[in-house]
Amino acid sequence: METLFFLIITFVAIISAILVVTCKNPINSALSLIMTFFCLATYYVMLDAPFMAAVQVMVYAGAIMVLMVFTIMLLNIRVDASKKHSHKVVFSLIIGFFTFVNLAYVLFKSRVAVATGPYSADMIKQVGHTELIGKEMFTNFLLPFEITSILLLVAIVGAVILAKKKI
Amino acid sequence: MGIEILGLPMMYYIAMVAKVLVAFVFVLLTVAYATYAERKIIGHMQVRLGPMRTGWHGLLQPIADGVKLFFKEEIIPSQASTFAFLVAPLIALIPAFITFAVIPFGGVIEVAGYKIPLQIAAYYDTAAGQVYDINVGVLYILAMSSLGVYGIVLAGWASNSKYSLMGGLRASAQMISYELAAGLAIISVFMLSGTLSLNKIVALQSGFGGFEWYLFKQPLAAFMFFICSLAEINRTPFDLPEAETELVSGFCTEYSSMKYAMFFMAEYANMVTVCALTTTLFLGGWNGPLTAAFPLLGPVYFIAKVYFLMFVCMWIRATLPRYRYDQLMHLGWKVFIPVALVNIVVTGIIGYFV
Repeated sequence: METLFFLIITFVAIISAILVVTCKNPINSALSLIMTFFCLATYYVMLDAPFMAAVQVMVYAGAIMVLMVFTIMLLNIRVDASKKHSHKVVFSLIIGFFTFVNLAYVLFKSRVAVATGPYSADMIKQVGHTELIGKEMFTNFLLPFEITSILLLVAIVGAVILAKKKI
Repeated sequence: MGIEILGLPMMYYIAMVAKVLVAFVFVLLTVAYATYAERKIIGHMQVRLGPMRTGWHGLLQPIADGVKLFFKEEIIPSQASTFAFLVAPLIALIPAFITFAVIPFGGVIEVAGYKIPLQIAAYYDTAAGQVYDINVGVLYILAMSSLGVYGIVLAGWASNSKYSLMGGLRASAQMISYELAAGLAIISVFMLSGTLSLNKIVALQSGFGGFEWYLFKQPLAAFMFFICSLAEINRTPFDLPEAETELVSGFCTEYSSMKYAMFFMAEYANMVTVCALTTTLFLGGWNGPLTAAFPLLGPVYFIAKVYFLMFVCMWIRATLPRYRYDQLMHLGWKVFIPVALVNIVVTGIIGYFV
């Protein structure tokens, strides 16, 4: 059952990922990208990480892509359907081939790590995924969390300074 | 009950399908008759009668409206981008309905020896003897409601008309900013409950005959969440994306026939969702007297509370004039978000000492 479900989702994910790069209209590309993010969220659910799935949809599909769509709409990119863009086919083929070789090497040569740590699927189900992430984030990973907060604060201040004409 | 499919009893599948069908049909009917109720209530508030001609006191009006919209001509503007234009009503409608999957509308009922929790995305584990539901229910609702904005933005952009584009841009700015405020407002509820599962949040509010409701512990949060949600779903007094006096009909100016009806249904379904979520988070969900003895009373209390909140929405619409756009943004960013943040800090301090 789960395998069948996985195959259906993967099919949709791959089709929409292909559509992202082949669509002529940037808005349609953006829509396909949202669909891909949605499929990724489904994978998180299947990996017993519902919190990650919700955050994936909220942040990527719900916030970041809205900004992207906004930008596309405001720039009003209208595409000439007649014009064909060849993005240097030979060059990209070479790069694509080497990326494939690289990934295949990593996949076939690496082993699944033996030491899995204290987290198992049963434990996540018992304690709750959100609780575990919260606890780790505010105890063991407090410093990275604070640094990220400062980074965001700097970005907000920067945005305000850029947007305001008179401060 | 001997038949098993893929390790789950047959009853499980029957219960799931039945729950989905009942909830979906019920929401559809509520949406249809909410339009009638709204016209009738606003009519009586303005000393008019509202619809009277179709059936007894206009009771068949929603059906007549539906038939009219079905048979209207379908127009797609020649300069519109067709794909986005066609897909936008669907994107608006589906998230509005899909959120009902996690809202609990009753306790556990027993049918032919099999216990069924009245919440679509939940099941009763006989071995553990308790109900399991999706443990990030509220986040799921927030995620789905953040997708609803695409329908409106795309509709505005794809129509290739000035009014639609203005409506779409206004809608996206408004929905993003109020989503933030609504999300911050309910954080203080989670600080009290310690869980994101809607089933457990309802269970926590069951004591003391209604005085355990989070409405009494977090009145500010309840008030802010309800108002921000009204703004997020573009209800009056925040219906700027379709301000008739300025923008004709906003983002759905170019839509006709069933596609227009889909936006309309999405708006009312969103209203039902917001009222159901407010009921679940602040008004004790399906809790009420005698629910332990008669489990079927749960849905009755739930529906009564949801309908009361929907009446409040219509009441607000009949009473308040529309906000101006800059006032709306000012209210969202400079009033609601700081107040919600202060509320979180105060809840944290009180929670630490009590």
